[in-house]
Amino acid sequence: MLTVAFGLFWLAWILWTLVNNGLQAIDLTIFMQSTPPPGSNGGLANAIFGSFLMTLIAVLIGTPVGILAGTYLAEYGRGGWLAPATRFINDILLSAPSIVIGLFVYAVYVANVKHFSGWAGACALAIIVIPVVLKTTENMLRLIPNSLREAAAALGTPRWKIITMVTLRASRTGILTGILLAVARISGETAPLLFTSLNNQFWSSNLNSPMANLPVVIFQFAMSPYSDWQRLAWGGALLITLAVLIFNIIGRTLFGQKSPLQ
Amino acid sequence: MDDSTTSAPKIKIHNLSFYYGNYQALKPMAFEIPENRVTAFIGPSGCGKSTLLRTFNRMYELYPNQRATGEIVMDGENILDPRQDLNMLRAKVGMVFQKPTPFPMSIFDNIAFGIKLYESLPRRELEERVEWALRKAALWDEVKAILNQSGTSLSGGQQQRLCIARAIAVKPEVLLLDEPASALDPISTARIEELINELKEDYTIAIVTHNMQQAARVSDYTAYMYLGELIEFGRTDEVFIKPKRKETEDYITGRFG
Repeated sequence: MLTVAFGLFWLAWILWTLVNNGLQAIDLTIFMQSTPPPGSNGGLANAIFGSFLMTLIAVLIGTPVGILAGTYLAEYGRGGWLAPATRFINDILLSAPSIVIGLFVYAVYVANVKHFSGWAGACALAIIVIPVVLKTTENMLRLIPNSLREAAAALGTPRWKIITMVTLRASRTGILTGILLAVARISGETAPLLFTSLNNQFWSSNLNSPMANLPVVIFQFAMSPYSDWQRLAWGGALLITLAVLIFNIIGRTLFGQKSPLQ
Repeated sequence: MDDSTTSAPKIKIHNLSFYYGNYQALKPMAFEIPENRVTAFIGPSGCGKSTLLRTFNRMYELYPNQRATGEIVMDGENILDPRQDLNMLRAKVGMVFQKPTPFPMSIFDNIAFGIKLYESLPRRELEERVEWALRKAALWDEVKAILNQSGTSLSGGQQQRLCIARAIAVKPEVLLLDEPASALDPISTARIEELINELKEDYTIAIVTHNMQQAARVSDYTAYMYLGELIEFGRTDEVFIKPKRKETEDYITGRFG
């Protein structure tokens, strides 16, 4: 009881501080205007757009890879050395500090093309998405009872069809939850973006140039001595928190709604 | 048990053994399953009756380390031959499991799934076939208004009849039923048993059951198994009324098992 109260106390304090400071920064202009130079009015539109775009691309890259690999591990990887090795490496990747992933993309991509870019940011985020989606896909598929696979096989269904039409279908809500949780995780990541997409003062949809994004803007603005920048940082922090909260709630209700079977 | 005339054998089992790894689960056995009759397999848990059933459609091949030796001849072909096309075999030999296993899709798609594997019917004919299968499984009247609902939303007994309809829909010749009623209430069980009686006009049925009364009620032939051996095989009335072997009598009268 006491520990629960202790934990909730800090959580409530964090949220209260956030709402208290962030709410006054949030109005329509925050969604309409780009990040301003110090001393003038502006919003976070370019950062919100950049975060959205890079998250979207990261999910589009990371999800298929994660689902395919997770399916392999659950449906085919019952013997041999490849599956246990993949699982082990995935677990390491899952718990790797995100700054390491940022540095990795910096070293192999940014350092070679000699400029920061939105693509690099999306790549770094995709590397974070893959292990999360892979793990949930594998776990969800393992929950599917073998009797369902047998029932499909008993009709003479080819194996690829059993997997695509029956087992993946049966676990789709679970997998969707995994994707949403991955989105929630990457939408707050700062470290991998610092080294990859960096930041951009202006509206930009060019993925080959540096791209603004909420976490890095918050980082820069909160560290600045200008009070209007700090105010925007609070607003951005509140926006991210709300977004993560919403993703989590959608994810949990989706999963809680009905378990994959029965 | 209307079987006064003998029926032609549909499946001939000859010298069949089965192994889980090094463990021999079925000792060499030979018998014949007659066409368009119901053959029941009874025996205590672990006697190998489900294992035997799973050799008739080579279900065991989903798992490594499981193998069968000997011969199972169906329509003149040894189905254990590695050259046997597995999917064609399973199109001919349908199976229903102990627990209902509806696929995660609508009732209609559950039935259409198997049909689409083998035939590409125009929509109209597909609908007719689905209705035919559901009628055969005595489920049509209960689901005709909710064909688009998920198969998992049905009750346990309905789900099991859905699985039977799904198996019938691909027009198999043999139906394997692995304790099809053991997870169901008495009323649903009675419906499944009625269904088995109707289905045997068109299909050769092999049923595994724990319930001896059920075996006596629905089957024409009965095989009693114990510890992987076929102890006795014969007409159901003979096996139950005057068994030839002492072990069978002990099991049936409840002195053992």
